[in-house]
Amino acid sequence: MDATVTQPAPGTEAPGAPERTRSQRCYTPATDIYETQDAIVVVADMPGVAAGDVAVELEGRTLTITGNPAEARPAGREAVRAEYRPGGYQRVFTLSDAIERDRIEARVRNGVLTLVLPKAAPARARRIEVKAA
Amino acid sequence: MVTRALEGFAGAWDPWRELEALESEVSRLFGGGRRGLSPGDLPVNVWADEDGATVTAELPGVETKDLDIQVVGRRLTIRGERATTEPGEGGRYHRREREAGRFGRAVVLPFAVESDQVAASLKDGVLTVTLPRARADRPRKIAIEAA
Repeated sequence: MDATVTQPAPGTEAPGAPERTRSQRCYTPATDIYETQDAIVVVADMPGVAAGDVAVELEGRTLTITGNPAEARPAGREAVRAEYRPGGYQRVFTLSDAIERDRIEARVRNGVLTLVLPKAAPARARRIEVKAA
Repeated sequence: MVTRALEGFAGAWDPWRELEALESEVSRLFGGGRRGLSPGDLPVNVWADEDGATVTAELPGVETKDLDIQVVGRRLTIRGERATTEPGEGGRYHRREREAGRFGRAVVLPFAVESDQVAASLKDGVLTVTLPRARADRPRKIAIEAA
């Protein structure tokens, strides 16, 4: 089982990202993906993003995660040093296992999105009972 | 006259423009930087007006208890550690981009601050430190008395 990534390296702006209504940059978030016996877990860094700013879409085997944080800058103060530029996040993954879409769990905590994608029954290891003849 | 000519030519100083130049330089050298938290140097944004400064930094997945913020004179120091994610028993990684470990950063502010009034908040993985300018350091208007 492999979760293939179809987007460029993290840190770069996602090309071909949909036109945004706000003049915000779109970054590829640094992401961990791991697999347990019954689920694929996706953990993505999205600083500035609250629970309501996240969209998760699963179309066929294409998973798209999007985070659009509210723009935050200290009121009235001028930037005197700029080392990073806040923006939105988007990343697309192709999953090779079927997922139980109704049981997908997403939570955002401290600017980190955690997505639990339960594997659909056929992908899980099945125990075969041997019946006595 | 020279100053005025320069201003007319370059416009107001824009730190974002400098950042953009730096970003493209970094991409050219390393083929794209990482977006997320990386150990070592922590990028910060600094905002200021005559009443004080605000320093922000992106710290996704960092807990308040793992952060240490200190102010000495004009120097603000941010230090901390980010824990690793554990897939648990039987789990295995397909992709591991989020870096864990210690990070730190010292910023020299444009003015002295009231160190006992410095406030810090960590919300949605973004640290905001608000530093009021020291009373003694604020510009004072001097009234001119009539002779």
